[in-house]
Amino acid sequence: MTPRKTASAAAAEDEFLTSIHVYTPHRAGLPRFGPYVRELWARRGFAAELSRTTMRAAHTDTFFGRLWLVLNPLLLASVYYTLVTILSNSSRGMAYFAHLLAGLFAFYFVANAMQSGASSVVAGGRLVMNTAFPRLLLPLSAVRTAFFRFLPTLLVYGVVHLIAGLKLSPAHLMLIPALALIVVFSVGMAAFFATLNVYFRDTTSFLPYFTRIWLYVSPVLLTVPQIADAAARHDLSWLVYVNPLFPLLGTWSELITSAEVPSSAMWLAGVVWSFGTFALGSLFFMSREREFAVRL
Amino acid sequence: MPSDSKPDFAVSVRDLSITYRTTIERVPTFRTAIVKLGRGERTVREVEALREVSFDVAHGTILGIVGANGAGKSTLMRSVAGILPPSTGRIEVHGRVSTLLSLGVGFNAQLSGRENVVLGGLAAGLSRAEIEERYEEIAKFAELGDFMDMPMRTYSSGMYSRLAFSVAVHMDPDILLVDEALSAGDARFRVKAQERMRDLLAQAGTLFLVTHALGSVKELCNDAIWLHKGRLVMRGTPDDVVAGYTKFLEVGEDAFTLEDV
Repeated sequence: MTPRKTASAAAAEDEFLTSIHVYTPHRAGLPRFGPYVRELWARRGFAAELSRTTMRAAHTDTFFGRLWLVLNPLLLASVYYTLVTILSNSSRGMAYFAHLLAGLFAFYFVANAMQSGASSVVAGGRLVMNTAFPRLLLPLSAVRTAFFRFLPTLLVYGVVHLIAGLKLSPAHLMLIPALALIVVFSVGMAAFFATLNVYFRDTTSFLPYFTRIWLYVSPVLLTVPQIADAAARHDLSWLVYVNPLFPLLGTWSELITSAEVPSSAMWLAGVVWSFGTFALGSLFFMSREREFAVRL
Repeated sequence: MPSDSKPDFAVSVRDLSITYRTTIERVPTFRTAIVKLGRGERTVREVEALREVSFDVAHGTILGIVGANGAGKSTLMRSVAGILPPSTGRIEVHGRVSTLLSLGVGFNAQLSGRENVVLGGLAAGLSRAEIEERYEEIAKFAELGDFMDMPMRTYSSGMYSRLAFSVAVHMDPDILLVDEALSAGDARFRVKAQERMRDLLAQAGTLFLVTHALGSVKELCNDAIWLHKGRLVMRGTPDDVVAGYTKFLEVGEDAFTLEDV
């Protein structure tokens, strides 16, 4: 067993420390920040294990499980490709298919993070009722799962990228920060919907409709210039930034397909949306998490 | 546990009040919220689960907690475990806490017993190595055999509670919180469980026991409290508290049960 710490002031304030705990009311409804983040880090193994176990239960760790993860958006991309080709009455070529695929894969990462994040706290019901731990681990675990489901799809994109004759360039390194922004954004969304789902259990049933509409207004089927031009024609250029996925997915798919680094306005909007959503989503979650144990 | 340079109490509860809001429906949804809004009905109610409760518990105490349904017993246990932080007041806990609350281990019936044990341990703050170390013992004590690797939905209720008990006592707790779980398993397992509990207490562990079986309070405990509607009514020897509580039940039975249904 770990050696006892003396009852130093710092140790005594730690909510989740294993030997000495002092529980006092949450100030302004929020747990103390320092200890919370420390415990979150100390128990990251739980989030990882939960995510691994979830994937194992869904057979995502097998070859055919992964194959399905890739096949599903690939089929979807074919459906949308056909749809857009019919509607616009012109063939769009492989470059467009690559754009569609890059956008869809990234979009489905966000959508999956939201969907499984939303049910994460309710699904962890008994654990939440019987064990004290920073609840934010649950949506974080859901985002990790979504991320590991997203990774193999990148390989498929890579193949299509090469078939379409698109180039590889050092600018592609900027995909890493672009993806990081999407991940941070997803954590905020997952935390927000996880909280909402505790109060309204039908959140998870509404969410698919919401994400479907979101897909249509984001730069997935349409390209960034198409959306930007349409907005500019109506003197509403600012409007595009109302949708967080415009800068976030726009940056991602423009970069990946054309290897051109997007404008600083796009990056700035992406950073603001991503960290803003992360801060608001997780603060909302933390301000409500005391109640989770009695609401489940 | 060695008790050098430590205060002489294991748990200190000061002016603890816990209030929380919860929904009236079992499964709250937007649909019911909208419908009830239209009717002007309230959908949440405020529960004052504990009011101004104060007590200290020394190391090595076996504290029996008695009281009617809705007295705040479970809320007290959860607050000492850190699951439900106080609304006002302060709780100080010296030692590693392990819980065996009414719902037990295993939060996901689709997962195997092994996976649930590992996840529960990690969530409770144990390292992977610490869990590995205890795992064999846990599995052996629970007598589940091959069932450890089967989904928990295939378990009988006895298997469930055996595993829950086994996990709780093998976490090397300094303070064990047990909510109505002594009835775990069959008679033979119950004897084994009680033995294990005594071992634990021999190591100067502290035990909180919530139970409606007043006999076991008198038999097992060396200290007791009685809660009623969130207030601490009585603190004393198990015999005194059980006597007081029994008398209260007899005297106020009718009014009492009507109020608390």
